[in-house]
Amino acid sequence: MTVAERTPLVEMHDISVAFGGLHAVQDVTIDLFAGEVIGLVGGNGAGKSTLMRVLSGAHPADSGEIKVNGDVVAIRNPRDAKALNIETIYQTLALADNIDAPGNLFLGRELTTRLGSLDDSSMEAETRKVMGRLNPNFTRFTLPVKSLSGGQRQAVAIARAVYFNARILIMDEPTAALGPAETGQVRNLVRQLKDEGIGIFLISHDIHDVFDLSDRIGVMYHGRIVDTVKKDNVTADDVLGMIILGKKPDEVTEKDKAEIELRG
Amino acid sequence: MTNVAEAAPISGQTQPPARSSLRDVLAQTEIDLRLFGMLVALGLILLIFNILSGGKFFQPTNMVTLAVQASGVAVIATGMVLVIVSRNIDLSVGSLVGLVAMTYALLMTDWLPNILGMNAEFPFRWVIALAIGVILGAGVGALQGFIIAYVGVPSFIVTLGGLLTIRGVIWYLSSGAAVSGLDPGFQLIGGGAQGSVGGTVTWILGVLGCVAVVALLFNSRRQRRRFGFALRPVWAELLLGVIGCVTMLGLAAFANNNFWPKGLAERYAAENHITVPAGGLLIPTGFPNPIILLVGVTLVMAFIATRRKFGRYVYAYGGNPDAAELAGINTRWTILKTYVLMGVLCALAAAIASARLNGATLDVGQSYELYVIAAAVVGGTSFAGGIGSIPGAVLGAFVMQSLAYGLSFMGVNSPGQNVVAGIVLILAVGFDTYNRRRGS
Repeated sequence: MTVAERTPLVEMHDISVAFGGLHAVQDVTIDLFAGEVIGLVGGNGAGKSTLMRVLSGAHPADSGEIKVNGDVVAIRNPRDAKALNIETIYQTLALADNIDAPGNLFLGRELTTRLGSLDDSSMEAETRKVMGRLNPNFTRFTLPVKSLSGGQRQAVAIARAVYFNARILIMDEPTAALGPAETGQVRNLVRQLKDEGIGIFLISHDIHDVFDLSDRIGVMYHGRIVDTVKKDNVTADDVLGMIILGKKPDEVTEKDKAEIELRG
Repeated sequence: MTNVAEAAPISGQTQPPARSSLRDVLAQTEIDLRLFGMLVALGLILLIFNILSGGKFFQPTNMVTLAVQASGVAVIATGMVLVIVSRNIDLSVGSLVGLVAMTYALLMTDWLPNILGMNAEFPFRWVIALAIGVILGAGVGALQGFIIAYVGVPSFIVTLGGLLTIRGVIWYLSSGAAVSGLDPGFQLIGGGAQGSVGGTVTWILGVLGCVAVVALLFNSRRQRRRFGFALRPVWAELLLGVIGCVTMLGLAAFANNNFWPKGLAERYAAENHITVPAGGLLIPTGFPNPIILLVGVTLVMAFIATRRKFGRYVYAYGGNPDAAELAGINTRWTILKTYVLMGVLCALAAAIASARLNGATLDVGQSYELYVIAAAVVGGTSFAGGIGSIPGAVLGAFVMQSLAYGLSFMGVNSPGQNVVAGIVLILAVGFDTYNRRRGS
């Protein structure tokens, strides 16, 4: 069975989002299969993050349709998305700085005792388990995450997304704040999750990240998808050209190439 | 904190050294430094007034009166913490206290007997009045909370409007008159000799407090051991247990050193055919009812704030509203609930205030909003959101009330007390800000 015959994990059809008169995302269609990584690239303001915020429920689409496993779904808020096992690692990390790591990991999905009170001990124990896998050096389980380093905070945000059996994972610039060693860890994690059959949207500025990890690459330009291409069929230069010019490789003229040379 | 079970040594992190300074001792007992500091400040204030007054200030009668006076503000301050933590404010609490107090008075003097036919002999009529007041408070809170959370009008504006509107409604309710004559059962909420739990119950409560402290320590140690987390050293557990028990029993003993007024005791003796001994009949009052109410409210509110999902969401929203929303928390519903809670607390404070007055005037609860906000802020609640503790706010209320009471005890008039209270408020927050900046 080829990839094309399977039901995609996620299908987004003709999604549009406008902020006032600005069309942040316009008629975008994209799909994602289980065990696949799609790299979403594009310049600043190309609409990558907004498109993903639609899928994660952070911002409703003005029009368009989303299917998960072939069924049309309504994602009106983050709760809806989480109910569909769509987890997101936001670029801002979206951590409550005044709360400790277990509190953030379980935020909105706390473990409770039989009487409905917070079971902090269990949450801390679970956090120790998952962090032991992600970042074995992590020890500050009872301090507010405000006092953690960038890498540690990132680890908490990642742990939160993977702990709850995500089937669809959105990673918005997951390595932007990290050093080389931690970046390597995140890359290994992406491969591991992909092998477990999770579908991943990866937003990144780092073209190497994208080529290293993605199966397909979706290029966005001024709110539209230029093309979604198989990684093996393109070069990094092709992708850069798409990002800068907003054109498919075969539409690029000699004049365009000269312009890239000029800018590059 | 190192995990004992795995005992993984972390670079740059060593076991805390053995007790060498006060700070280390506090760290190992895990006593909250802020709370400890406030307790010390409160103790110093009382001590200074005691010295200034030549030892007259620190008497059970004074302390009990002071505590009862602080109780209303303290009750509301526990809720104000959650409101401020979630980046809002409630300016309407004083007016709401006045509205509910007037409602209690009108219910018991007019509406219950004249509309519902419940005359004064109706059993537990005051409980019905109290329930109606609590529902009214919750309803007004819910309305304001709805406008703030779902319509999106800033809380400052909504509750400022509430402050004005509700105070005006009080005037219309009573046609501008003061109302008095509450049910005897209701009056007991306000304290006083008969509105106290008495000597025996006070001792029982003291012992129960001891048991609770010990049980909490044991339970926490068991939980930590079960999950292999670091344990407090045994001496620290013992120290905490001893301090807790001494405090509980000390407070009970202190409250039992407050006796019924002579006239009341003699009347009581005559009615019950008790011969009055030579030194006068000494009937201990024990803890006054409003203080029992305050302790109950504080425990429940602290439990809600730290052990319930709702409390966790309030703090998460205060720390990062976007993060709370993205985590799937129903933030609007959470905010609305903080105002419902405020309304209920205002109704309880109104019960204390009107019971003490045996009625209601037009200005019950006037300026409460300022004292309540001051108590919360002096107790360490930050207007930046996400930071604040319930016990801190209660202590804050006691600090402010001790100053006011102490000054009036020394003969300083009310404008003078305000001058001091204002300066202390700014100093307390300034000191706190300085400490936090240094700490981070």
